Amino acid sequence: MSPAESVSSVRSEPEAQPESSIQPERWAPRRGATLRLIGAELRLVLGRRRNQVLIAGLGTMPLLIGLVLYFTSGGPHGDGGPGFIAQVTQNGLFLVVSALFICLPFLLPLTVAIASGDAVAGEASTGTLRYLLLLPVSRTRLLVAKALGALAFVAAAVAAIALVGLVAGAALFGLHDVVLLSGTTVPLSEGLVRVLGVVLYVGASMTGLVAVGLFFSTLTEVPVAAMAATVVTAIVSTVLDSLNALSAIHPYLLTHHWYDFAAFLRLEVDWTVVAQGLGVQAAWIAVFGSLAWSRFIQSSITS
Amino acid sequence: MSDTLAIRTRGLTKRFRTGQIAVDGIDLEVPRGAVYGFLGPNGSGKTTTIRMLLGLVHPTAGEVELLGRPMPQAAREVLGPVGALVEGPAFQPYLSGRANLVHLDTCDPSADPSTRGRRVGEALDRVGLGAAAGKKYRQYSLGMKQRLGLAAALLRPRELLVLDEPTNGLDPQGTREVRSLIRELAAEGITVLVSSHLLAEIDQVCTHLGVMSTGRLVLQGPRDDLARHEDRRVTVTTTSEHLVAARQVLDSLGLSDVVSGGTTVSAALGEVVTPTIAATMVAAGVDLVEMVVSEPSLEQVFVELTGEGFDVAR
Repeated sequence: MSPAESVSSVRSEPEAQPESSIQPERWAPRRGATLRLIGAELRLVLGRRRNQVLIAGLGTMPLLIGLVLYFTSGGPHGDGGPGFIAQVTQNGLFLVVSALFICLPFLLPLTVAIASGDAVAGEASTGTLRYLLLLPVSRTRLLVAKALGALAFVAAAVAAIALVGLVAGAALFGLHDVVLLSGTTVPLSEGLVRVLGVVLYVGASMTGLVAVGLFFSTLTEVPVAAMAATVVTAIVSTVLDSLNALSAIHPYLLTHHWYDFAAFLRLEVDWTVVAQGLGVQAAWIAVFGSLAWSRFIQSSITS
Repeated sequence: MSDTLAIRTRGLTKRFRTGQIAVDGIDLEVPRGAVYGFLGPNGSGKTTTIRMLLGLVHPTAGEVELLGRPMPQAAREVLGPVGALVEGPAFQPYLSGRANLVHLDTCDPSADPSTRGRRVGEALDRVGLGAAAGKKYRQYSLGMKQRLGLAAALLRPRELLVLDEPTNGLDPQGTREVRSLIRELAAEGITVLVSSHLLAEIDQVCTHLGVMSTGRLVLQGPRDDLARHEDRRVTVTTTSEHLVAARQVLDSLGLSDVVSGGTTVSAALGEVVTPTIAATMVAAGVDLVEMVVSEPSLEQVFVELTGEGFDVAR
């Protein structure tokens, strides 16, 4: 076809069309669009090989701890570690708690950092962010979907530790009635509920850091930078938490209440302690969630 | 509001925080149904302009109307009917081509899930990726990635396609295919804005051209008006003994810049039409072996306007 022919055929078209041919009904969001977006995000996050490997890796932690304790448990128990680690060989249920305890200072924050730091920055670095926004996906909805994707990732990681811990603990040491930190024994069924409380509390304790990571993720097109900043935030918080001179701000630190999961292992669960811990997380989510949103909503997409 | 223009900007300006002016008050006008070639050397501000048209980058000053609606305010209503390829394709590297399109379409708030499979298949076939649809994006060649980017823009019937350097990374065959794809789409009544730093790649499909140079729109209009007729030259071939006579004929007709050598004589054509030249030659007894009219290529016009060929602007 010669250029001249295409010119004439094209130029005759506009007259045939209505003046403004945008059909609002065709391009209006369909019912369930937000749910589909969230579903797509979850599939992307949980279907990604890298993330699966990471979750599987975290899942091997309780197995590793269990095996070490199993093969070294010849001597007397209670070698100065926290009560629940000493108890693992008595009751496999405590492997869940011990594994979470061991993953809490570094491995879980690292997982949170990877999940949340990658959320927006990962899409920005591959350039896919601009194509999502051109669909158009609203920035607010996209950020919500990204947050839920990161939370699902963290939840999967915590669940993997808990499930492998439970199975490995049961297989290596058996599951028995639970001796609480206060010395009282409760039936296994109640023990399971209390350990579930520990797992949920630890999971919830990560949500503030997810919000922080999401915020960093909106600041950069380099996912690793956002991940590193998130890990550093957790570390700095831990350091500040250890300085007595700063005891006035300790209750508000992101990591201060992380170990309060032990509240579930006392005779009377101290719900004030639990509520404080969750409240601090909610506050961090509110602050950094808003920061992430206000930043993302007005940023120029130049990647 | 304008209903005859698919894209219209007024004084569109982008100044970066560094103070550099990337786009300097341009008035872009893309008529509905046009294939608008958006030309300019690398770094002349084309991509920044396209990003502002699509609401990805906020203008420092000026207005944008896309399909008659103000951007970025109307982004949600307007971007649906707009398909875009901006600064290269971008997909999840660890997903296949098909899975990437399915993912993108799932995220599209107004896309119909029940027709998704068919639309994804058709888009892949249309760009010739049907056979490679199951391959991971990471393993695609540059040309295949570019094709997948086009397929994503074609997932739904659009009214306007904004294609930023769509032939980038394609071999000559691929470039031809993209050109014929653009022709097909234009024939369906879709307005196309296609940018390139190589005029030759898109010249043949364009009905309109706009030329950017260092942030300014230095030329814009229907393509055929831009080939400057006053620069056309006529070259007459005759025999060596008639050369002087032929030269006298061209002089007598008032043609300027007459140059002769060997058996040819040429001159700037001006307003004189070729039948007049032929008739006068014959009347003067000149053996007319051949007469050729040459136009300056748009490439020459382009290079003259932008002051450079392949070099980046800054």
